[in-house]
Amino acid sequence: MTDRVSWRVPLLAITIALTALAPQPARAEADPDAKAAQQTTAPQPPADVTAIDRPDDAGDGIIVKWTLSKDDVKEVAEGETRKVVRYEILRKVVKGAEGDERAEEEDKFTLAGEATFQKDSFVDPQCDRTKSYLYQVVAVEHADSKSTPAQTAAPITPILQYWDTRRTWFLVILVLICGAVILFIQLAKSGVKLKVRKIAGLEAVEEAVGRATEMGRSCLFIPGILDINDMQTVAGITVLSRVAALAAEYDAKLEVPTSRSLVMTVARETVQAAFLGAGRPDAYNEDNIYYLTDEQFGYVAGVTGTMVRDKPAACFYMGAFFAESLILAETGNSIGAIQIAGTAMPSQLPFFVAACDYTLIGEEFFAASAYLSGEAHQLASLKGQDVGKVIGGVLIVVGCLVASAASLLGGDDTLAHSIVSFLTDNVLGDKGFLP
Amino acid sequence: MKRTVPLAIAAVTGFVLIVSYFIPYMQSWGEEAMIWFDILAAVAFVLGGGNLLKTHLQKISNRRAGWGFSIVTISAFLITLYIGFSKMGVNPAENFPEFSWSGDYLAESGGFGWIFHHIYLPLAATMFSLLAFYIASAAFRAFRAKNTEAMILLGTAFIVLFGRTHAGIYVSQPVVDWLTAISGAEAGSLAGLRLDRITSTITSIFIVAGNRAITIGIALGIVSLSLKVLLGVDRSYLGSEE
Repeated sequence: MTDRVSWRVPLLAITIALTALAPQPARAEADPDAKAAQQTTAPQPPADVTAIDRPDDAGDGIIVKWTLSKDDVKEVAEGETRKVVRYEILRKVVKGAEGDERAEEEDKFTLAGEATFQKDSFVDPQCDRTKSYLYQVVAVEHADSKSTPAQTAAPITPILQYWDTRRTWFLVILVLICGAVILFIQLAKSGVKLKVRKIAGLEAVEEAVGRATEMGRSCLFIPGILDINDMQTVAGITVLSRVAALAAEYDAKLEVPTSRSLVMTVARETVQAAFLGAGRPDAYNEDNIYYLTDEQFGYVAGVTGTMVRDKPAACFYMGAFFAESLILAETGNSIGAIQIAGTAMPSQLPFFVAACDYTLIGEEFFAASAYLSGEAHQLASLKGQDVGKVIGGVLIVVGCLVASAASLLGGDDTLAHSIVSFLTDNVLGDKGFLP
Repeated sequence: MKRTVPLAIAAVTGFVLIVSYFIPYMQSWGEEAMIWFDILAAVAFVLGGGNLLKTHLQKISNRRAGWGFSIVTISAFLITLYIGFSKMGVNPAENFPEFSWSGDYLAESGGFGWIFHHIYLPLAATMFSLLAFYIASAAFRAFRAKNTEAMILLGTAFIVLFGRTHAGIYVSQPVVDWLTAISGAEAGSLAGLRLDRITSTITSIFIVAGNRAITIGIALGIVSLSLKVLLGVDRSYLGSEE
């Protein structure tokens, strides 16, 4: 009996000692020091949060800027994770300053948006210019690890700007070109004779329609695959009116498959007017202008099917084209049709050049209507375009010379460098053509 | 009247769009003008559908060339329309499980989605694939060395085509090395003569220059034509007064 007690006492003592030394998680969590230690693992907050009105807008944007959190490092050491993964931008609507009738705060801070690490600004695009806003920025590691919020010092109200200053230079050049077009139109109306060079592709339109008439076959006109809100389609329709007038004059059949319902409606009106103008309203058949489908390759299948079956003698492709350009033009080529194309899609021009007899390149396409009309005041508008070319040419030559001089002279403070900066940043860049 | 009203609408809408580009306050006006166009286009789609039926029914009735295809077209149109409108095979939306029509008609599980993925897309891809053959036939004609310009075009095309392949580098590198050796030039100084480098120069300088010239011309053409349309100088797209 005594022996049994003698070995049980030290065992009990060891058990009690181990229990006392064992970690006690529940107590550690409640410990304020431990809580503080956990808080220090949250990222450092960003600093110097400021908010400014976004310039050149309708009073609907505010730009929030901040200094990056100290924990937001550019490069993270291997094996470590980012302490700041993103920033949350919180917004609160404030009705106005104290004493104002709108002094009362309206609501709580809500999430306005997020910015990734190393970003020190955010544009809030959904503001109301009748309200004022306070912003907070929080550095976030993950949902349970966020910094304390850093806040703007005062509320900000977005301001409506009446003029987009970034587009001033664009307007200047636009006014110059439009002014030149209008000036030349007025000059032509007053009787001044202006010379316009011959465009081979347009000279061939009459030949193509005449050939179709002689062969007793139809003319096929394709006004592109975009809707009437695209300027190329409008240009195509204006050419259609001239082609239709010729077709009416020669008594040739003109077929116009369209890929848009609105284009079909406009094309019908245009062709009808052309037949009427040519004194052949009876020859107009609206069934020759029909809708196929909006789908690109469905349209191609329909048109190429018509080409192969009906074998038109003249094919006109005037409008906006994409991948279907070569399929159409090569099919037209295979049936031996005389083909004239015009488009403002630079990537499709090589295909048309390769497969068609004549191609109206870029500006020639837009000049087609004026050229075919033969009206002096319409032709005069082409002269206005030439003024635009002169402006463009002068800018290119001056830009090349000055940029070369700036490169040869070196340094950032030369006159040449200043001129280059002015041209690229203002006239052509963010404050000009590429705002 | 028939021309005046459309002309007035076109002019007002056009000027609103121009002004809205420069005045921030009016930006929303421009956006609304474009929404109106979308509404018009959607309504006009009914016209298009009606015309499609009319044209193909006439073709079948008159037994014109290819009338068999018209039967296929009309059948496909009506079947797709029915399946699309009835949302055949579409599962109800999660929020409204009791309404069988609440699912998205474009859902892949539905009949409309099936038609799109299993019939339309392969057919469109087939048409698109024809382009490869047409490029070959067009290139064959375009690159015939008939005159000086055609020879320059052929030479340029050869360099660009060859320079974009590994063979271009493989073949031209020994030539460049040989030229470097016989001229005594510094190693690497003649690397610009490699076919891939020449290709890069052609595409990034010559082609870009030509492309920009065309683009400037296009921009000027658009400005001029837009102005004529807005001012009513060119009314050929409006039809007649009668």
